[in-house]
Amino acid sequence: MLLIHCPYCDEERPELEFRHAGEAHIERPTDIKSISDEEFMKFFFLRDNPKGVAYERWRHMHGCGRFFNAVRDTVSDKFVMTYEAGKPRPDGDELRAKSKETNQ
Amino acid sequence: MRRYSIFAVARETMRGHKGWPKQWTSPEPKKQYDVIIIGAGGHGLGTAFYLAKEHGITNIAVVEKGWLGGGNTGRNTTIIRSNYLYDESAGLYNHAMKMWDGLSQDLNYNVMYSARGVMMLAHNVHDVQGAKRHIHANRLNGVQNEWLTPEQAKEYCPPLNISQTARYPVMGAALQRCGGNARHDAVAWGYARAATDRGVDIIQNCAVTGIKRSANGAVEGVETTRGFIGAKKVGVVAAGHSSVLMEMAGVNMPLESYPLQALVSEPVKPIFPCVVMSNTVHAYISQSDKGELVIGAGTDQYTSYSQAGGLHILTHTLDAICEMFPIFSRMKMLRSWGGTVDVTPDRSPILAKTPVPGLYVNCGWGTGGFKATPGSAHVFAHTIANDAPHAINAPFNLDRFRTGRLIDEAAAAAVAH
Repeated sequence: MLLIHCPYCDEERPELEFRHAGEAHIERPTDIKSISDEEFMKFFFLRDNPKGVAYERWRHMHGCGRFFNAVRDTVSDKFVMTYEAGKPRPDGDELRAKSKETNQ
Repeated sequence: MRRYSIFAVARETMRGHKGWPKQWTSPEPKKQYDVIIIGAGGHGLGTAFYLAKEHGITNIAVVEKGWLGGGNTGRNTTIIRSNYLYDESAGLYNHAMKMWDGLSQDLNYNVMYSARGVMMLAHNVHDVQGAKRHIHANRLNGVQNEWLTPEQAKEYCPPLNISQTARYPVMGAALQRCGGNARHDAVAWGYARAATDRGVDIIQNCAVTGIKRSANGAVEGVETTRGFIGAKKVGVVAAGHSSVLMEMAGVNMPLESYPLQALVSEPVKPIFPCVVMSNTVHAYISQSDKGELVIGAGTDQYTSYSQAGGLHILTHTLDAICEMFPIFSRMKMLRSWGGTVDVTPDRSPILAKTPVPGLYVNCGWGTGGFKATPGSAHVFAHTIANDAPHAINAPFNLDRFRTGRLIDEAAAAAVAH
């Protein structure tokens, strides 16, 4: 079981309290009825599914109930960091280096 | 290829079993092939076999990063069934079902297909209605499935507790008699041997690191840990890593990879005669020919390539097994393991051409690809050979995520995904 740090509660809690909520930083098109089918497919169905550093949404379901974002390595499952929803996406290269460090 | 037969066994018995030839070779990769298949699991090896057998294409390499049959082909719970709801799924899975019968003869390799029946339990009115709807839909599509009363279910599967005071009483069951299981390793080995016999090169310990495209976008070959291998046609059959490979060709896929676990008990004498699934309790059990109870768990909630899942997923599964079959509550579990499964938004596979000329993909089987192995390989070989899908896999294209014409087994599959 994973231990996940909720950035709102500022506590590390077991995975069972959380729900994985898919890829993070996907922006819903502002005028969704005007976009093409192709664009809708990209927004709705296509996913990065990276092997390595992934950006994802989690929800502290059985805690504060809030959504937040996380950076996790999908090979080791280790969390590199978590951050509040709405904050900008952290820089990839730095995180990959950090993830490599924690994997060793 | 030296055929396996009772006479071959007798001959080798006389010689102390020293004359059995290798079932497949380990050749050095050639510079150029007509077709490269990435992934030597059942679906990939089968594709090479049918390309050679039915389409006369024998200059094929099957490239595998590990050992053949060592991925999800060797990790699944070996269940075979075809009782899917939608017409498109019925076509695809039942195509495979028909091929299981006779596959051992076709390959001259005993894949131990055992039509012991797959039984899906109904525990409440909703289950009963859902199961009966499934049965009717299946029968309209020529897919075997029938309704059993609790007493008939008990007769078919004696360990079943049909007491109406149970926490989840059995109100009936849907039975697909031609469903059952097969030996997963033998499927990979049988296809590997038969494909080798027809001239296919199986190149193990050779990871693909890139897919090379020409200036006009078409596929030219693959970069591997053993150098560049050229081919005008490349088929990606890489299960959980399909999106990683497709990314190498610049194609973003509607896939997410999740851990899926299974476990087996210590081997015991024959006690469990068929496959039983219960959606409501989420239990899923059969017994292997070795005697182990084979139990499948659900996926973890997050994407991962770790080939390992959370312990709480396994304990949840075992809770359900003990709820359904209290007699197993003292069994010791021998081994558990995980694999990485690629899941599509509609929980139906993708067997299709891609936007890249010469690149084909067979993926998205999610938690249940083993059952479809022969059918999937057969129609995928057709797709590669003709550069056009077979009528059976035509609906399983990539474009359905643009048009919205999904094959939405997510809500309709006979077992929880």
